[in-house]
Amino acid sequence: MVALDKAETDVRDGVDRETVEAVNAMAGKYKHGWETDIETEYAPKGLSEDIVRLISEKNGEPEWMTDWRLQAYRRWLQLDEPRWAMLHYPEIDYQDQYYYAKPKSMSGKPKSLDEVDPKLLATYAKLGIPLKEQMILAGVDGAEAAPAEGRRVAVDAVFDSVSVGTTFKAELMKAGVIFMPISEAIREYPDLVKKYLGSVVPASDNYFATLNSAVFSDGSFVYIPEGVRCPMELSTYFRINAENTGQFERTLIIAEKGSYVSYLEGCTAPKRDIAQLHAAVVEIVIMEDAEVKYSTVQNWYPGDEEGRGGIYNFVTKRADCRGDRSKVMWTQVETGSAITWKYPSCILRGDDSQGEFYSIAIANNMQQADTGTKMIHLGKNTRSRIVSKGISAGKAQNTYRGLVSVHPKAKNSRNYTQCDSLLIGDKCGAHTVPYIEVKNNSSRVEHEATTSKVDDDQLFYCRSRGMDEEEAVALVVNGFCKEVLQALPMEFAMEAQSLVAISLEGSVG
Amino acid sequence: MAAPARSAEAEARLAGLQLPQSGAWLHLARGAAVSRLRAMGLPVKRDEYWKYTDPTPLTVAAVPVAQVIPGETEGFDGIDCLRLVFVDGVFDAAASDNPALAGVEISRLAEAATQDIHWAHEVYGVLEARGQTPVARPLAALNSALATDGVLIRVVGKVSKPVALVYHQTSTASDAILHHCVKVEDGAELTLLESGPAGARSNTVMEVQVADGAAFHHVRTQGRDHERRTLTHVFARMGNASRFKSFTLTANGALTRNEVVLELIGADGVAHVAGAALGNGMFHHDDTVFITHQGTGCESRQVFKKVLRNGATGVFQGKILVKQSAQKTDGYQISQSLLLDDDSQFLCKPELEIYADDVKCSHGSTSGAIDDTALFYLRSRGVPEREAQSLLVLAFLAEAIAEIDDATIAEAIQARLESWLAAGAH
Repeated sequence: MVALDKAETDVRDGVDRETVEAVNAMAGKYKHGWETDIETEYAPKGLSEDIVRLISEKNGEPEWMTDWRLQAYRRWLQLDEPRWAMLHYPEIDYQDQYYYAKPKSMSGKPKSLDEVDPKLLATYAKLGIPLKEQMILAGVDGAEAAPAEGRRVAVDAVFDSVSVGTTFKAELMKAGVIFMPISEAIREYPDLVKKYLGSVVPASDNYFATLNSAVFSDGSFVYIPEGVRCPMELSTYFRINAENTGQFERTLIIAEKGSYVSYLEGCTAPKRDIAQLHAAVVEIVIMEDAEVKYSTVQNWYPGDEEGRGGIYNFVTKRADCRGDRSKVMWTQVETGSAITWKYPSCILRGDDSQGEFYSIAIANNMQQADTGTKMIHLGKNTRSRIVSKGISAGKAQNTYRGLVSVHPKAKNSRNYTQCDSLLIGDKCGAHTVPYIEVKNNSSRVEHEATTSKVDDDQLFYCRSRGMDEEEAVALVVNGFCKEVLQALPMEFAMEAQSLVAISLEGSVG
Repeated sequence: MAAPARSAEAEARLAGLQLPQSGAWLHLARGAAVSRLRAMGLPVKRDEYWKYTDPTPLTVAAVPVAQVIPGETEGFDGIDCLRLVFVDGVFDAAASDNPALAGVEISRLAEAATQDIHWAHEVYGVLEARGQTPVARPLAALNSALATDGVLIRVVGKVSKPVALVYHQTSTASDAILHHCVKVEDGAELTLLESGPAGARSNTVMEVQVADGAAFHHVRTQGRDHERRTLTHVFARMGNASRFKSFTLTANGALTRNEVVLELIGADGVAHVAGAALGNGMFHHDDTVFITHQGTGCESRQVFKKVLRNGATGVFQGKILVKQSAQKTDGYQISQSLLLDDDSQFLCKPELEIYADDVKCSHGSTSGAIDDTALFYLRSRGVPEREAQSLLVLAFLAEAIAEIDDATIAEAIQARLESWLAAGAH
């Protein structure tokens, strides 16, 4: 534990003691740092066209998919790794790692969950994600108390490079919902995949997305047909286990007209002294009147107090609100990873479409996070809202980086952005780098990083009820933080709460 | 990150730069500046720091033509001040006042340049060089290397009246490079006024050293309705309990980029930078501010307001960097734009970079149309639409103008603004 000893830390006024203690308690205590001892089959180390072909072949992909990957790979060779983020890390040797690792027991594809290697099932059980079709997700404190009805969650479990199992597949199919590993979807629904893959995040989008396009091995595929409200929450749980292995998963979600789905994502990795690479891509397509909620609790291994090891997390997530009145909501709780480079974005193309981004990013010890969102307003009357809370402790650096862009044709659009940062200790840093581009005058864009200006109406209300300014601000800000947590589906809210376990009251300046 | 590729033509120009003849102190400073410049190269649109403003008109070899506007008035009519006049970037002694004034020592750069030693060697190019990290400002280094005129002002007491730098343009293709140094000694105070861009294209650098307990007030107006391209840099370095206040009024102009690079080195310093801009039509206005807090207990404040119409573009890039040593910092930044029609745009990057925990830093940015309810209220009281709009524009700009301490100067600025609005500058 560095510099956060309770007695030594000079806590500034207004930061409550509990917050500091909670952060202290979290430091150096990574719960999911164990590894599963399982025989693993690797592709040869390094990256080349042959490796790309091999991954494609292992997944039994059609030729068009192999070509798509190869094109991405060739493009990747021409790109430079982006270095504009406020992140400092040693050069990544892309040839010194494995791009494909799969448990040997997964070679003969298990036909049902009963055939899956018990060691793998045990791994997920230990993580609190049992791969059984049961009414509630056990292992989460308090979940038992929840009403059984409607508390079911379908899980796709990805272990290193492969999906080991997907629950509730049959029942979802009855509702017309397709939920399966993307490797299977490429074989079973090639038309759908071909139509939408790379349509939101093109294969050549950015360095890491291009790398992902070339070497992604698995991930989840979700298709919600017109008018269907997905009968349960869907989730993917990513686990990195193998050493020196990068994980590159790809998620594709398609919500047809008037449909709705809530999707959860969780991730953990063992403690290792050598950093591991993770470069994922998530694409979401949302049609007219459809709504998608995407929630992430990112808890990759953050490295130790000295900054050894941890996951380098370079993620491209983007939702395309193609239809009128479509809606997307990103909620993220970022607590893990040595390096976080992640900007879940919303393209608000349809008229009256809506994008929301709620984020809590916590960086402790030597962690570095550079995260935020992009709201691209293209359609008329589009609305977006950004609420970001960053907490830095130890020697960590936490940066909010965001773009709000209102195009000339996006008349009557509205954006509200609020970013708050909290520093605990004087060895860390908190930074805000917003870009705001407004190209018409009927839109209103507001950006605030001032707690005293949170919401004048709410403040005025509180003041008029006899509260002093500080109390009023505390109440409103507290409400905002809870709002981020409450934006999460219940299972995640609980995990997030126990992870965060931090009160943000002290963020009032 | 690899720097974007520079053009071969620009490289060749930099390699072939001829430095003006000068005495030892300036010769050294110019040599150092040209080395900095060659290492950085000229800016291009792909540079992150020029994301919203294309530097090409400022860097091309041939000066873009700008018509001379007849009968343009100076910015500070009726204010008793010591006037120093520059015509197309060259000092005009005949048109200027006698530079003798109690508490201040004024010399011309062109004259000081011939000497072997001058007090300005502590300032000239020194503050500019400090301002090159963490962000490169090559055109400021270009200025330090090539400027042949400007003023060197050393302030030792409280100066009784403001010193005004008055710029006139008489040629459609003048390329003015002016470099001013100001050294405000312990406890001294100066108000410096500037009026008008210096040429068809101008590149002005002002380096200001504000010693302990000293104060520097800076108010400038940059003319209106012209095609000129203007680049200004103000570099300031501040001592204990010193004060710095700068306000700029700009109306129109094809391209204006005003950079302010401020370092609060001592404790308890106060720095305010403000600007009001009116843009109509082919107007591109960029305020780029970088404030570094190093001393404890300092206050910085940035207030920038822009009113834009008919396709005008407003840019604001403001940064507050709070170093670990700068506890008890109070940093505030607001950038707002009023878009009077649908063709105009506001591009903004307000940044905070904070390494100290006991600080109060905030920034806000808004953009939107004029408030219909307020307009309706004024109309219902019998105020004609045009006048009502002007009133609301003035109200919007008031917070920036309030940053001017001197009431007489603030009134002059307000009057100028009102006359422009009445004359239909907006």
